[in-house]
Amino acid sequence: MSRNDPTISRQKFIDELMRWRRGSVTRRHFLGVTGLGLATAVMAQAVPGLKPRRALAADLGDTLNFTTWPNYFDPANLEAFTKQTGVAINVSVFGSNEEMLAKLQAGGTGWDVFVPTNYTISTYKKLDLIDPLDLKRLPNYDPSSQDQRFVKPGTIDGTVYAVPKDWGTTGYVVNTAKVKGEMTSWKQFWDRTRDDLSGRVMVHDYQLTTIGNALKYFGYSFNSIDPKELADAEKLLLDAKPHLFAINSDYQPAMRAGDAWMSVCWTGDGEQLHRDMPEMAYVIGREGGEIWTDFYAIPKSAPHKAAAYAFIDYILTPEVNAREVLAHGYPSTDARTNKLLPAKVLDDPILYPAQELLTNLEFGAAATLTDPNRAELMARFKSA
Amino acid sequence: MTAAAGTRDEGRGGGRATTALLLAPASAFFLLLLLLPLAVVIVYSFGERAPAGGYLPAFSFDNYLNLAARGQAFLNTLTLAPLGTLLCALVAYPLAYFLAVRASPRIRTLLLVLVIVPFWASQLLRIYAWLLILGSKGIPALLSLVGIEDLLLVNTRFAVLVGMVYGYLPLMIFPIYVSLEKLDKRLLEASSDLGARPWRTFLQVTLPMSLEGVATGSLLVFILLMGEFIIPALLGGGKVFFIGNALVDLFLQSRNWPYGAAVSIALIAIMLASIVTYMRFVLGKRGQRPNAFM
Repeated sequence: MSRNDPTISRQKFIDELMRWRRGSVTRRHFLGVTGLGLATAVMAQAVPGLKPRRALAADLGDTLNFTTWPNYFDPANLEAFTKQTGVAINVSVFGSNEEMLAKLQAGGTGWDVFVPTNYTISTYKKLDLIDPLDLKRLPNYDPSSQDQRFVKPGTIDGTVYAVPKDWGTTGYVVNTAKVKGEMTSWKQFWDRTRDDLSGRVMVHDYQLTTIGNALKYFGYSFNSIDPKELADAEKLLLDAKPHLFAINSDYQPAMRAGDAWMSVCWTGDGEQLHRDMPEMAYVIGREGGEIWTDFYAIPKSAPHKAAAYAFIDYILTPEVNAREVLAHGYPSTDARTNKLLPAKVLDDPILYPAQELLTNLEFGAAATLTDPNRAELMARFKSA
Repeated sequence: MTAAAGTRDEGRGGGRATTALLLAPASAFFLLLLLLPLAVVIVYSFGERAPAGGYLPAFSFDNYLNLAARGQAFLNTLTLAPLGTLLCALVAYPLAYFLAVRASPRIRTLLLVLVIVPFWASQLLRIYAWLLILGSKGIPALLSLVGIEDLLLVNTRFAVLVGMVYGYLPLMIFPIYVSLEKLDKRLLEASSDLGARPWRTFLQVTLPMSLEGVATGSLLVFILLMGEFIIPALLGGGKVFFIGNALVDLFLQSRNWPYGAAVSIALIAIMLASIVTYMRFVLGKRGQRPNAFM
């Protein structure tokens, strides 16, 4: 919300209402800031619309188990949600979609909201692990303001199972203080890993991106499950393995410490690293690679569904979502959110790469999630 | 034991009921939480991976025939776990000897407490600390001051071994300490009176009589190292792969439960075989019952 906006947004109104109800602010402050002050006499008995809110708030329970990825939210937003609703949020962080799926398949997770990537949602639906979403309970989510490139995988046979959180790309981050020469391709990534950058390069502990970007070295599809192409990728991976610093999806600590100089990297990690250390550059391989959307979804087994809806609705409120984008550095799919972001963010080439780089990128395919050969290849690579 | 049983002959019937009652909780525990799950694992190991991962009932030996696909992980575990155990014993023995034989009683208590203190913090935290110590801002930064540049210590087998020795050292120190402490000091005096030099006394009296502690400590540490996965994952950077890591991946990444079950059974079989062999040859050789565990 811009500062000179004379009206109060719905979210801000509720924020203030909650603060007043908890006794954090006086009634006078509440009436003043919400613009209700002038009409107090009339309004005092006549705000029936507020009463159901009170009932709703009481039904949320006191806990929400939120499962997401590393460095992927603004802690201040989570705190604000807790302050507003009294619902405490337990965050767990995962390194791969496969691991999220494994946990949900095994059961007993207790998760209320989690963040699956585009290519996994059809499998979750097939295994009956996620709930269809009741969009009436997400008034702050506006399907018409979404960038249509990114929302489709969340909708299956006309039913919405997941709403988009943000989108991004998978490239690599380079510490240019240590790595000389221009880096533009996956070919260079793997060649220099086995040459002058030996011992300083990280790849994800994640079959989709590690195998996918090895496939790109040969110009194959990021999603290939062709045995011959996978065999080529395996040969490259095994050849590169002795030269790797680590196989780990949480690469920021090693990049920041200077242990690693180059790593396979997602948009927001590239942005966060670049923000703190300008020598960190984000590269999208010329050959292509991955473009993706992450979604919010509610597991069928979620114990706190009311809180789950309230949380997703809260976090997709443009004002809140804009703070998320500023914190994690992944571009939003929501035009309303983008309107609230400074031009500096919208022009940032890490978040919004040039069109000619984007055209070569592929969305992950559902087949890679369940293909046993890709899973075994990853295991052979790690145990070699 | 026998004397006590003799005097309580008249209460034998009631004693049996009491015994059964007292053993019930432990028996239920082992039945529900060890034997039944083990049976499930065995059944699963003959199954098939469901198309999206998980378990499909089947009867096939494919999972066992495919064990060689994790050969490298078995090899890593079976070389680094014994090596880690050996290093642990070599580091622990002199310290345990000092604590039991040389240290004055007052300082001994203090030192024993210091050995335990690290165990009060979570193992994960202590291993993370090594990540910083061995990382480029730790020891390599100090070494670069004397001209050794860009040394990589973390994410190597060396780092994993350091972590394993550090993590399990107390489990080795205490059994050795106990066996040295109860050593009859008069035997040492006798040895010296009979003209043996200290080194010979150590080799012929102290060491043989403390081997029981070494054997106990080694077995404890070895069993735990065989199942280790956190230390290789953190200090090995995902590159040093133990059977424990293979199991984590089979259940949490590729979701191949039947194969994971077969690998677990293979690990259990290897452990049983090595422990039985160990008890036969190391503990049995000296004509003793393996009473170190009682």
